Amino acid sequence: MTQLALVIDLNVCVGCHACVTSCKEWNTSGTAGTMSDLRPYGADPTGTFFNRVQTFEVGEFPDTQTVHFPKSCLHCEEPPCVPVCPTGASYKRPEDGIVLVDYDKCIGCKYCSWACPYGAREIDERQKVMKKCTLCVDRIYDKTLPPAERRPACVMACPTSARLFGDIHDPASEVSQAIRERGGYPLMPEWGTQPANHYLPRRRTELTIEEDELVRADNPLKIDGKLPKPPLRDPALDDVTSW
Amino acid sequence: MHPAYSVIFLTTLIGAGQGLFLALFSAELGARLGWLNPADAGFYVGGAVLVCGLMVMGLIASIFHLGRPERGWRAATRWRTSWLSREIIVLPLFVAGAVAYGAAHWIQGAGWMQQLPVSTLAIGAVTALLSVALFVSTGMIYACLKFLQEWATPLTVANYLLLGCASGFTLATAYAAAAEPALAPFFGAGALALSGLAFVTRGASLIRNARLKPRSTLQSAIGIKHPRIVQMAQGMMGGAFNTREFFHGRSRAFLRSVKWIFLALTFPVPAVLVVAGLALGSLPLLGLAFAVQYLGLLAERWFFFAQANHPQNLYYQAVA
Repeated sequence: MTQLALVIDLNVCVGCHACVTSCKEWNTSGTAGTMSDLRPYGADPTGTFFNRVQTFEVGEFPDTQTVHFPKSCLHCEEPPCVPVCPTGASYKRPEDGIVLVDYDKCIGCKYCSWACPYGAREIDERQKVMKKCTLCVDRIYDKTLPPAERRPACVMACPTSARLFGDIHDPASEVSQAIRERGGYPLMPEWGTQPANHYLPRRRTELTIEEDELVRADNPLKIDGKLPKPPLRDPALDDVTSW
Repeated sequence: MHPAYSVIFLTTLIGAGQGLFLALFSAELGARLGWLNPADAGFYVGGAVLVCGLMVMGLIASIFHLGRPERGWRAATRWRTSWLSREIIVLPLFVAGAVAYGAAHWIQGAGWMQQLPVSTLAIGAVTALLSVALFVSTGMIYACLKFLQEWATPLTVANYLLLGCASGFTLATAYAAAAEPALAPFFGAGALALSGLAFVTRGASLIRNARLKPRSTLQSAIGIKHPRIVQMAQGMMGGAFNTREFFHGRSRAFLRSVKWIFLALTFPVPAVLVVAGLALGSLPLLGLAFAVQYLGLLAERWFFFAQANHPQNLYYQAVA
């Protein structure tokens, strides 16, 4: 079984929104039609997006971390939005695990959006059908694209490579390794939805410098007393002084 | 959740229609068993017309909820998994049953046939079952969403059933006072008993919901285990479907006042009006009892939606 998914590295996401704009650009230009915007230049603009980057501040000043948090459909392995759909418009593809909406069958009852705890679905206010991330299903299988570009638009756009794409059921894939080795976790695990998308946590990067690394206590020339030994404050030269 | 008036009117109107049908059928059953005076065929025909009127008004309200009502027929296809699909199948079946019930009484009353192929009681029994199935389907649409913790309880189904039956019996009391006064005390007693039962289950769900502890937190929503997390930006400033559909946008005080208004208008006020109307034999008072209770149920349904706190709201707490 294949389960395609995104793995998002919160450690390197800088919150630039390039994934948001490239997602909108690719998907609004696709065969499925535009992602409508209402009043785009008005005082109260609103529009349809598959992906958003949110920002959270963790901790209390001065010990704070700013966490940028991209959120799109998580392509759950047990998607609660699929069984509730009265028309079968909301479905999960058995071959690759992508959760999709058939825009020609959707009646716009919004029940699936009530059934998604993540708020991943949005109704298109003009087409009046439910829309959500497709993992760029019209891109990743496109044989006319070079293999390196058969990836979701957001993954292609990310300047820090915070977004990984692959099959989380293949233990050798890049995403499975990232989840395994870098502590990948799902969102809201308490509801048993088993989201396919995972997030990689922030990591603390600390540089520890021991005192003997500064003074080169193990320099054999110093130990043997063969070189002059200026005071610690004075400038030192390798192979000239003992430090 | 943002209360949608289409769904508020749909559920309250069809609830009253289903309850009214159960009232009509219980009167016929009581008469057959010899506990009640038999009513004219015209009483059942008029009652069935009322039931169908309420159901059609509910259906019209529901159309406003759909983005693509012209594809509504597709909603009957996923009855294996979706309670919404089941509701959409059972609803027209129930209306068809009510039409058949009224038609059978009409044919019998007019004496056009010596013997009906199916007795009115049998048609009524099947339709009553469909009515209960419709109540269960409507309630389960909400009760099956497990992370909407305010809804995910059997009390939700009980409330839809009992509140619908209570308003149906109150309407039947007023209708009987106009068309068949001998039956009014029976319907009135039913309305009082069902309103009392509904008060118990709705009160129980209010108490339950007041003590709920949300299972999802901001910590589990973004997976960062720190006691102090503050949202700085939600990815847009102009609002989106996520900020419109899942927030009621009213103050806590407003919510609290709606709660007390619906508790008063749904239970004690109509009960007093029903008792007074029966004692004085006053049709206007009994009609007012139904009108007040229906208003109370509109407020009750508004509160039902507004009180449900969707976990997605954790992601939309600050605009910046």
